[in-house]
Amino acid sequence: MSGNGKPKFAMYWAASCGGCEISVLNIHEKILEVDANFELAFWPVAMDSKIKDVKALPDQSILLTLFNGAIRNNENEEMAHLLRKKSQILVAFGSCACEGGIPGLGNLGTTKSILDTSYHTISTENPENIYPQPTYQAPEGTLHIPKLYPVVKTLDQVVDVDYFMPGCPPEPHQISAVIDLVIQVLQGKAELPPKGAFIGVGKSTVCDECTRTRGEKRVKEFVRIQDLEKIDPDLCLLEQGIPCNGPATRSGCDARCPSVGAQCIGCYGPADGVLDFGTKLMSAFASVLNSRDPEEIDRILDGIPDPAGQFYRFNLAKSLLRSSKYAWKGEEE
Amino acid sequence: MTEADKKQFEPVIIGFTCNWCSYRAADGAGLARAKYPPNIRLIRLMCSGRVDPQFILKALAEGADGVLVTGCHPGDCHYLEQNYKTMRRFNLMKRTLRQMGIEDERVKLVWASAAEGMILANEISSFVNEIRGLGPLNWPKWDKPLPIELETEPETLEES
Repeated sequence: MSGNGKPKFAMYWAASCGGCEISVLNIHEKILEVDANFELAFWPVAMDSKIKDVKALPDQSILLTLFNGAIRNNENEEMAHLLRKKSQILVAFGSCACEGGIPGLGNLGTTKSILDTSYHTISTENPENIYPQPTYQAPEGTLHIPKLYPVVKTLDQVVDVDYFMPGCPPEPHQISAVIDLVIQVLQGKAELPPKGAFIGVGKSTVCDECTRTRGEKRVKEFVRIQDLEKIDPDLCLLEQGIPCNGPATRSGCDARCPSVGAQCIGCYGPADGVLDFGTKLMSAFASVLNSRDPEEIDRILDGIPDPAGQFYRFNLAKSLLRSSKYAWKGEEE
Repeated sequence: MTEADKKQFEPVIIGFTCNWCSYRAADGAGLARAKYPPNIRLIRLMCSGRVDPQFILKALAEGADGVLVTGCHPGDCHYLEQNYKTMRRFNLMKRTLRQMGIEDERVKLVWASAAEGMILANEISSFVNEIRGLGPLNWPKWDKPLPIELETEPETLEES
């Protein structure tokens, strides 16, 4: 507890895009309720708080920490351990912390290929071939920056996590619901869910929340949205050949994307009880293909030129294989 | 690998067989005393259509060097059409495994009817030899440091 009696709240971003922070701010006036009920102890995006102040806090003195972003380098991991030590409740907030998110796709190649893409492509002005180095000898002394891990990890692969809140980002109405719950718990009116639970989510898959009509799926061709002359506004997207990940994706987002004609990309992660998201989707997609001829099957599947990206877009770091061999072995293709 | 290493490497192969055709073929091989290597651990399912790509990835992630999926010939599935689904799932999964850096030869789909015990035994033998030639997959156990991580130590945060 802090001096003014309010429990401490913290939010930190590891390998993240900042979208989770924006989504929290998108609860609009409700942020005032957060401020009324909590002391904001550490939130780099919103306030000028220092890591050394967090280190100086007693252990477990932060009541609630929302940790977003994947574990990409050693700094991310050290902050995960620090915040775990100083927090009572640690929430893996957002797709990156829960399952690796988009940074997890870095596991399809080597860290060298990531640096090459950033610092050395045909459109990059880098005549002196400057690459970031973990150590640099300046005249004033030695400078260090964090080093990329070869394989991106999720938060629960490095520390013990209390709750998971998936989504890219978690939707503001779900964040509001969770804040309401936490405030009720503080007032003794409600109980926390069991440890390890997924919070701010629905009970089923995106298909359940989607209002489109579902008939029988017999897909003869996978298409991109822009390839269709007109997307039928009422018919299931997968039935129209648009590769929609709805069948295996956890609900909670109100099926926002399919409702406007964009296929679900699976940002809320797998539904309950699924061990490996991508394989469930592969199984679903393969089941609805309308062909028995191996050559035709090949042709139809050529319509998904990047299956790892399609089926593991947010989930690669949490999948059964977690990473390609190129990443964990450090060898180019 | 040296020759001595190659001689010692015994691949671990997981074989998914369907109850009606390929498992009976394996049984038939046994009855005919056709020998095939013990490297393959057979798992009997009612239909090859039950093979979730999840099983195959789990096998590879947890120590298998190769996976063999067997089922009835197309058109002969005991449940009519499910081996077509197997075929499609397998195709899609193979494309993904390629992106993950797993060699094509490590996962194989073979059709075998109940009468083709000898053929199945030969297929298994040649598959085991092929995997032996490829070497162990050695998919990481993630609680241990990766070989590439042992080369250099990461820096720690500076005390501010």
